[in-house]
Amino acid sequence: MLTLECPYCGVMADETELSPGYEAHLKRFGPGASPEEFEAYMFARKNPKGVHFERWRHTYGCGKWFLAARCTATLEVFGTYPAQVSAPPADIIAKIQARRPNWQPDWQPDGKAPE
Amino acid sequence: MSDPVSALGGARFTGFADIREIGPVGMITLRGKGLKAFDKAIKTAVGTKVPAQRRIEVAGDKACGWMSPDEYLLVMPYAEVPKALAAIALALAGQHHLAVDVSDARAVFRVEGEKAADVLRKLAPADLDLMAPGELRRTRAAQVAVAFWQQDGGFTVVCFRSVAGYVMGLLRHSAMQGSELA
Amino acid sequence: MSTRLAKGGRLIDRTAAVEFTFNGKRLRGYQGDTLASALLANDQMLVGRSFKYHRPRGIVASGPEEPNALVNLGSGARLEPNQRTTVTELFDGLESTSQNHWPSLEFDVGVLNNYAARFLPSGFYYKTFIHPRPFWKHVFEPIIRRSAGLGKAPTTGDADRYEQAYAFCDVLIVGGGVAGLMAARAAAKGGGRVILLEQSPQLGGRSPVDETEVEGKPVEAWLDAVEAGLRAMDNVTIRTRTTGAGVYDHGYVLADERVADHTPGDGRPKHRLWRIRAGRIITATGAIERPLSFAGNDIPGVMLAGAVRDFVAGYAVSPGDRTVVVTNNDSAYLTALALKAAGLDVPAVLDARDDATGALPETARAAGIRVLTGRAIAKVKGGKRVTGVAICAQAGEGAVLEEIDCDAVAMSGGWSPVVHLYSHCGGKLLWDEAISAFVPDPSRPPLNHDGSAMVEVVGAAAGHLDLGSILAADVSAGVETKGRRKEDARKTVSTSVTIPPIWVMPQGAPIAMRSKMWLDYQNDVKVSDVQLAAREGYQSVEHTKRYTTLGMATDQGKLSNINGLAVLADALGQEIPQVGTTTFRPPYTPVTIGALAGESRGEIFQPLRRTPMHESHEKSGAYFEPVGLWRRPYCFPRAGETHEQAVHREVLNTRSNLGLLDASTLGKIIVKGPDAGKFLDMLYTGVMSTLPVGKCRYGLMCNEQGFLSDDGVVARIDEDTWLCHTTSGGADRIHAWMEDWLQCEWWDWQVYTANVTEQYAQVAVVGPNARKLLQVLGGMDVSRESLPFMQWADGTLGGFPVRVYRISFSGELSYEIAIPASRGAAFWAACMEAGKALGAMPYGTEALHVMRAEKGFIMIGDETDGTVIPQDLGLDWAISKKKTDYLGKRGQERSYLASTDRWKLAGFETLDGSVIPDGSYIVADGTNGNGQRNTQGRVTSTYYSPTLRRGIAMGLLRHGPTRMGEVVEFNTVSGGTVKARVRDAVFFDKDGEKQNV
Ligand SMILES: [Zn+2]
Repeated sequence: MLTLECPYCGVMADETELSPGYEAHLKRFGPGASPEEFEAYMFARKNPKGVHFERWRHTYGCGKWFLAARCTATLEVFGTYPAQVSAPPADIIAKIQARRPNWQPDWQPDGKAPE
Repeated sequence: MSDPVSALGGARFTGFADIREIGPVGMITLRGKGLKAFDKAIKTAVGTKVPAQRRIEVAGDKACGWMSPDEYLLVMPYAEVPKALAAIALALAGQHHLAVDVSDARAVFRVEGEKAADVLRKLAPADLDLMAPGELRRTRAAQVAVAFWQQDGGFTVVCFRSVAGYVMGLLRHSAMQGSELA
Repeated sequence: MSTRLAKGGRLIDRTAAVEFTFNGKRLRGYQGDTLASALLANDQMLVGRSFKYHRPRGIVASGPEEPNALVNLGSGARLEPNQRTTVTELFDGLESTSQNHWPSLEFDVGVLNNYAARFLPSGFYYKTFIHPRPFWKHVFEPIIRRSAGLGKAPTTGDADRYEQAYAFCDVLIVGGGVAGLMAARAAAKGGGRVILLEQSPQLGGRSPVDETEVEGKPVEAWLDAVEAGLRAMDNVTIRTRTTGAGVYDHGYVLADERVADHTPGDGRPKHRLWRIRAGRIITATGAIERPLSFAGNDIPGVMLAGAVRDFVAGYAVSPGDRTVVVTNNDSAYLTALALKAAGLDVPAVLDARDDATGALPETARAAGIRVLTGRAIAKVKGGKRVTGVAICAQAGEGAVLEEIDCDAVAMSGGWSPVVHLYSHCGGKLLWDEAISAFVPDPSRPPLNHDGSAMVEVVGAAAGHLDLGSILAADVSAGVETKGRRKEDARKTVSTSVTIPPIWVMPQGAPIAMRSKMWLDYQNDVKVSDVQLAAREGYQSVEHTKRYTTLGMATDQGKLSNINGLAVLADALGQEIPQVGTTTFRPPYTPVTIGALAGESRGEIFQPLRRTPMHESHEKSGAYFEPVGLWRRPYCFPRAGETHEQAVHREVLNTRSNLGLLDASTLGKIIVKGPDAGKFLDMLYTGVMSTLPVGKCRYGLMCNEQGFLSDDGVVARIDEDTWLCHTTSGGADRIHAWMEDWLQCEWWDWQVYTANVTEQYAQVAVVGPNARKLLQVLGGMDVSRESLPFMQWADGTLGGFPVRVYRISFSGELSYEIAIPASRGAAFWAACMEAGKALGAMPYGTEALHVMRAEKGFIMIGDETDGTVIPQDLGLDWAISKKKTDYLGKRGQERSYLASTDRWKLAGFETLDGSVIPDGSYIVADGTNGNGQRNTQGRVTSTYYSPTLRRGIAMGLLRHGPTRMGEVVEFNTVSGGTVKARVRDAVFFDKDGEKQNV
């Protein structure tokens, strides 16, 4: 059972205070999107063994959504951060790379996924 | 017209701690962030300053608690809610905010006694040792959401009205004589 | 015989006698005894039968690893099966009965299985399942069912209560032996919060029995001093009788405290399950002694050597008068010396090693004990009790050299460090050749949230099997600080103890011997069974475990899993580390379901949500149904009425007079801000931004796939405030959905929401007399002109502050009235009183459902199931064609959702007037690939309409709206079909004349 620090409350929240929201930083595709884009938005989810970005809601606390960078294999948490960003902030990236030197972001600075 | 009644009509239990349902208590949910007149709105409504993160400012029978970065819980005598809402509306006129009476949506309990904290230690995954005086903790009690803080030598526990009976049952079970954690 | 010694017994109080029963026999023990020690003191060595062969079983161990001595404890509402006598503290009036035998412990029919052992080899169940099938059903299964199972499940509710508690600490130490105490002492100095857990009632672990001095002080004095020092510190909590049961992610530990097992009925909770969150976990869980595998090693009287000396030293109980010690290591000599010191006979120590020259063997020799090296047991003699042993050379094939009479055998096959807690969350193990055991690999520990080691292991659990190496390892190094210890703080120490890899005795034992060597005492798995599994091709230890059931008994292999692995490795021609271990899973020892359930029993099993009028409904005799966690009146039956009759009466009365519905559970969410209109236009398929202040509009919400998720009426409160009604079950979900989009996608939009569902009680006043009722109550103007359909107004009624919504879910003239919840009950009572002369009756959810179906109104969860889009239900009118976007719009454009071939909503009337069964499909011609009838639709709502006096239904039918008048067939439960005519889904008052008055 995880503990994640809610970046809004500052409490180390027990997993039972939280609700999971699955993969973070999805870009919404609405009307006008191609079938491929829409399919990816709806169904294509990463399932890495390693560094992963997730959405969590502090349901029994402040009620806010936040994002977490953690390792799905070791359960190490690299950091949590507010949800109002389209890509992980630089300090989170730095924390991940300090512990996983070979890890590289798989998106580009504009928030788009690489080709 | 009838008087407002609390969810459990003032239920009580005495174990190793004393449990009392109190209320009705006046409560306002105030949402807003970074507003100019926020200090003034809260000051006129409940007479306290704006609480910092996870804090509750108490002034007599009124209080203001930090619920989230853009939400505050204002506590006051039940009858004073309309006046407080009017004061907030006046102070924050024209600024984006939401103030709404939630007095009737809540049930409020007092848990008192030397070992009152033990009652909550059985129900909430919160580190009570690290809870500073004047801290408001939102968490869960067993299966429902609660908020509590220390006040007047005990704890004030707030939950939703519909689950007041459940929360009273939890508190009663946890305060049973002989089940102190010591 | 086993008996109480005249002197000694560190743990018992001879001045406090205690009476108890075993199989109805009244016996005496002392305060401080375990049930096991008290049984032995009464010469009750035979305590149970094994699971498969019903072999006689005696006490083997002295701790939680005990596989044999399990009993039913207590009776009636305090009956607990499978309680280990070795950890059951004796109390006055304790009742115990043995398990797994029929008709009696002494004479058991199931022992016939023993003679049929060659028909019950490993994998017996799997093999028998396959063939011959009839044989299984008629012969084996009845026999096995009769004889299977250990204790009896209680038949009444548990009289005790249980609870849980949360605790937080910087350092958690599991195990209160010398290593654990030293770690606690060091950790406490740092000032952080320290919790020390010890499973038994006393601290000290094995040290009072096995050691004389610690740090230059006599053991007992050292223990007393350290314990007193710890108890004097504010930052230290010691919990005895508390087992660290499981280690989970991020320092989360479950621990089971047996608060009142030994004082039943004293009012305290029986168990308390601790949920501990620790910064660091140090396990000092010791080691468990292993049996040796020799023929007849399961006969009562064969015990672990450590247990024998525990009983002698702790409880002044001698398991036998003449005890042969058999060992592959030095520690068992302690037992020989202890027995000798207690004045008992030790005819010989059989040491499988060729030399035994350590300090302990030499001391034993000096004490006049006969030590035979290179020797093994060829056979234990006896049936329900050891009568002697036959001795052979360890190196040979079992030729008997000598026979010795004895009534007990103390065996030691070495020690297995308790690595369970270290392994629960992924800690890896190393094979330590010196002690022939798996030990924690400190370089591959389970990790904490910050990537540091979450669990460290000290003492015997780390493989330091002697006090010298525990002290030399200096467990205090680096423990003091509140922060993390330095990685290099711990010294690498190897224990001076060596344990050779001797697993089977004698080394060349033939099959006849190997089939009498027990590995798993409870499940009857023998050396020969594991070897058979290997021959049959089982190579993975996990598969072998399941095939042979080795380690699957209630002790979970604590005693002899390593012995089994060693036998498997040998049979496979592999090294033990290659074969590996089975997975260690929590809990370490069994945790009773009561503790896991904690407070969640009876009234507070789950939170029941009650409306402000709940008590009043109870008094009216309402029959409740669950709606999510809410309890809502389904109907209000009167004396002599069935529920069905009550529902019909409620419907007819509402349609002809006046009905009152408690609608408080309806979700109510305030949405406010400059961007609230824009936000609601994204959320709903229709347009809400244009709704005039004071008016109401019905809206639909879809998920991003386009499927319907919720519906309700939206009211515009003021220029920038809307109130959204949701379904009863949907308030929290929809509020969370709104916040998700506002926080994570459109965070720059200026919108605030508040879920005010519980702030208001809501009463639906429904029927031709609805307006009259409000006029009787008096107050605001509710006339057709002032408050037309689909508008709302604030005011007072009967002195209550109210908000009245003129909306209808029944097709009748209807007002939904919101009042503050604290006045809900009073307002309901006022309505009932004022409505007396108008024929007012309360109605429940079923009448609500019937009336909405008569009107063809959809219900989320009935007409929708997560695969239905609004267009399927003919709700195109509620979908804006002008909007460029709303949640679900792109999803609905997908080709298969836009297809004209979809099943669409229609109404159905059976030709014979009957009610179509719930869940019916509309059959089509032909069959599918599985030989099932093809389908072309299904029923979604089906009721008897008391208004129309016939069955009515709504359903989805391919091309439904274009097939009016056609007759289709619904399948029925009995296998036939029922014919129904397709029609418009609005069955009653199609033009809405009744609600627009
Ligand atoms: Zn939070």
